[in-house]
Amino acid sequence: MDFSSINPILLLASLMVAATPIILAAAGELIVERAGVLNLGVEGMMITGAITGFIATVTTGSPWIGFAAAAVGGAGLSLLFGFLTQFLLSNQVATGLALTLFGLGLSALLGQGYNGIKAPEFPKIDIPVISDIPVLGPILCSHDPMVYVGLGLIAGIWYFLKYSRAGLVLRAVGENHEAAHALGYHVIRIRILAIMFGGACAGLGGAYISLVRVPQWTDGMTAGAGWIALAIVVFASWRPWRLLIGAYLFGGVTVLQLNLQAAGIAIPVEYLAMSPYIATILVLVLMSAGRAPGSLGKIFHASR
Amino acid sequence: MKRRTLLASGAGAATMAMLGLPARAQEKTKVGFVFVGPIGDGGWTFEHNNGRLAVEAAFGDAVETVYAENVPEGPDAERVMTQMALGGADLIFTTSFGYMEPTLNVAAKFPNVKFEHATGYMRADNVSTYSARFYEGRAVQGHIAGNLTKSNKIGYIGSFPIPEVIRGINSAFIHARKVNPDVEFKIVWAFTWFDPAKEADAAKVLIEQGCDVVLQHTDSTAPQAAAQAAGNVYTFGQASDMGEYAPMPRVSSIIDNWAPYYVERTKAVMDGTWTSVDTWDGIGRGMVGIGEISDAVPADVKASAEALRDSIASGAYHPFTGPLNKQDGSAWLADGEVADDGTLAGLGFYVEGIEGDIPS
Amino acid sequence: MLTLEKRPQPSKAWVYAAPILAVVITMIVGGAVFALLGKPPLEAIRTIFYDPIFGEFASYSRPQLLIKAGPLILIAIGLSFGFRAGIWNIGAEGQYIIGALAAAGTGLAFYPMEARWLIFPLMIIAGLAGGMLWAAIPAFLRIRFKTNEILVSLMLVYVAEAIQASMALNLLRNPDGHGFPGSRNLSQYSSSANLELISNSGIHWGVLAAVTAVVFAYFILARHRFGFDVRLAGQSPRAAGFAGVDAGRLIFICMLISGGLAGAAGMFEIAGPAGRVSIDFNVGYGFTAIIVAFLGRLHPVGILIAGLLMALTYIGGELAQLSLGLPGAAIQLFQGMLLFFLLAVDVMTSYRIRFGKTE
Repeated sequence: MDFSSINPILLLASLMVAATPIILAAAGELIVERAGVLNLGVEGMMITGAITGFIATVTTGSPWIGFAAAAVGGAGLSLLFGFLTQFLLSNQVATGLALTLFGLGLSALLGQGYNGIKAPEFPKIDIPVISDIPVLGPILCSHDPMVYVGLGLIAGIWYFLKYSRAGLVLRAVGENHEAAHALGYHVIRIRILAIMFGGACAGLGGAYISLVRVPQWTDGMTAGAGWIALAIVVFASWRPWRLLIGAYLFGGVTVLQLNLQAAGIAIPVEYLAMSPYIATILVLVLMSAGRAPGSLGKIFHASR
Repeated sequence: MKRRTLLASGAGAATMAMLGLPARAQEKTKVGFVFVGPIGDGGWTFEHNNGRLAVEAAFGDAVETVYAENVPEGPDAERVMTQMALGGADLIFTTSFGYMEPTLNVAAKFPNVKFEHATGYMRADNVSTYSARFYEGRAVQGHIAGNLTKSNKIGYIGSFPIPEVIRGINSAFIHARKVNPDVEFKIVWAFTWFDPAKEADAAKVLIEQGCDVVLQHTDSTAPQAAAQAAGNVYTFGQASDMGEYAPMPRVSSIIDNWAPYYVERTKAVMDGTWTSVDTWDGIGRGMVGIGEISDAVPADVKASAEALRDSIASGAYHPFTGPLNKQDGSAWLADGEVADDGTLAGLGFYVEGIEGDIPS
Repeated sequence: MLTLEKRPQPSKAWVYAAPILAVVITMIVGGAVFALLGKPPLEAIRTIFYDPIFGEFASYSRPQLLIKAGPLILIAIGLSFGFRAGIWNIGAEGQYIIGALAAAGTGLAFYPMEARWLIFPLMIIAGLAGGMLWAAIPAFLRIRFKTNEILVSLMLVYVAEAIQASMALNLLRNPDGHGFPGSRNLSQYSSSANLELISNSGIHWGVLAAVTAVVFAYFILARHRFGFDVRLAGQSPRAAGFAGVDAGRLIFICMLISGGLAGAAGMFEIAGPAGRVSIDFNVGYGFTAIIVAFLGRLHPVGILIAGLLMALTYIGGELAQLSLGLPGAAIQLFQGMLLFFLLAVDVMTSYRIRFGKTE
């Protein structure tokens, strides 16, 4: 047993990387749910983004184009969900589950012939001077660009929801779509845009796994990350900064668990594995502010 | 559907009659494969599918192969196997431990169809079992790892605490210690065979804790990528060669090479010489391949590793040769004594020197 | 411009026409995808939809349809009550797992005692109770703290999966299992085995339970006061309040019904087809059942048909893999498409499509 072999600085740094795909996907889903839509198809959109991003990167050699393609792929798939739930008024839970099934199948088909290929490397940004600062340097400043994109996304969403007029409208639509409609807002248009944004973010999250973390294409490689993203949105009670904390906690438990094991400390892995979910439920119960958007999951149809 | 309780044994023909099914006559030998993962997983199932393709290549028009991928262990597997047998398969390879009972159940209904179950321990007149002595490859890995490590810390990513994985850990440890008495193992259980993100985390954690060699018993290339990003860390390919990471970090690999066995068994069915056997092949018969040892390994180490490989292959040396003690210090193998296959098959303890407990 | 106009009454004609239309569209689009993959489209469609029921080996695959559909129908029936009342239990997968574990634990506690008359019924009770217990958590939190039950029930699926892995590795591990994880085989223990009731029919106790549940659900929804309350709460919670429906009680009962039936499905599966507790014996029935419930429009008979249709695509899909070498991914894609189209055309039952601008 040797706690000293765990380096807290490195632990925090690797936790930030581990949390990035879920931060990206969860940030998108947060906007979707804030608009009053529950899209359970995050896993399907992530894996679709993972393969479209991978194909684009391998074909063009540029990870940036790959990430763009992943966003387009995820958004494209989410449009299917948007069309069904917003125009054809299908049930969101069922459609979301179907979207995951569809996305897993689609990605595996698209990915045929891409197994075992290595993606071009995605260079890290080393910010001179700052990254040499002890402690904070390695934690904050020695990552690949997408880690910062994830953080920027959270800040952007926070600003958008809190200070922008469009964010206000989005929240109004999510809280009470009837009232928003009565005020003259285009509920469906806003929701479609939110859904596409969510799809694009999920696609980025998936591509982060296939282009940076692994980096290779294998069928089913998101391995449930989309479901964790869904859990984190709830854990965060639909607040951007709490989402960041939630993602780090989730990522942190996994990384810490492995760290403890490597340090030779016997821990019951299965109890640790379930702890984030129980924590999420507790947060849901305890936080009175953790109220879901009023219209979440409900079908909107403008009756005249 | 628990037909076995109704038709105790050897009543397959009766089943066929009861079901009113025609026995299908055919010229080609039909070989079925049941896969637990997708053929694009780049690891376990990928290599079994390569074995399937080798059968097609070897016999051309004389064989027809069929396969089903992503088949969950349990009733779904039983149904898929039955459908294969009904569809005229002469030989069916079931390539996951969890298919053990479904295989035996279906085999009891179809006495004329031959079954080959990977990694299991239950056999019947028409059910063979086969597995690979991956621990032989682990011995070579341990030898190289023990030589390469400067921090004397070797990381090991385990999947599930089952005998196969525990054998691998022991074998690697014994041979690492042999060349480097200061070596210690850090073992992390991922509780998954395949989860790239988690495997990447596991590898990073081990590297952060000072390991400069990481062995993996999980199937994705994520640990390789993590090692590459860290620099100065050595890894070994698992299941497939993972040659895209050579010469560094991947310095060698264990390759599951099922092709020779699959070709041989298919040939046996075609010739009518198939019998139920328990096969546990290693490096010698080519079931365990040792991937090219790269130039990142010093020439003398490479030479001694190859010598070790060859002595295991020829049968001159067994990786589990005494004197060996169990983790608690009690005697296991006396000087010169070799572990018997029965003990190895159900191995559930670490050898002396490994720290930590096997999760139970 | 297309607009939707709500029908005063759901269209009777579309109720029946919509699913057929959806299947036809799926066949056309799916056939096109198969053709793109270089497989004969007509043969593929025939293999998926026709062969399992009427093909050469249908006498084997027909009973298999029941085995596959049984748990889906049983769980979906339970879910349909809550879904009708606006109570969203999407954690049936977790309730299924806990039900199966409770039943397996009960059965194995008696091993190797021979007393089927006692042990088998006890296991059914344990399965029901386990599922109910797991569903009672989100129900209680919803009533007491107004916590969103969709999310709590979903979180509890992951907790159940972790418990399941722990059980397979520790408590329920087979002592004679050569060091491998997993419990003893319950279907080979005569006191706990969930056997086929008529040989080669595919009908085991779970299928029987599913059919019984369909019948009961039909009568409760059509005739019983509780069915009326459920429908009223779903259509207008306010009106239900005025009519004296206790919302908390309704939530509790609906969650317990869905949890209990999911747990029972887990019991029948673990004692029969699945046989043993392993690290991952669950194959997603709880999630698929949600889709089945919606495909069946939350109507008991609809769920029965939807469950069978879903089972058909699984079994037919496997056949297409074997006989045509269609990749498994194509089958997944095809199932996803079928669901999309079913959900899409469903709009026609309650809405009318108008061309041109309204007003």
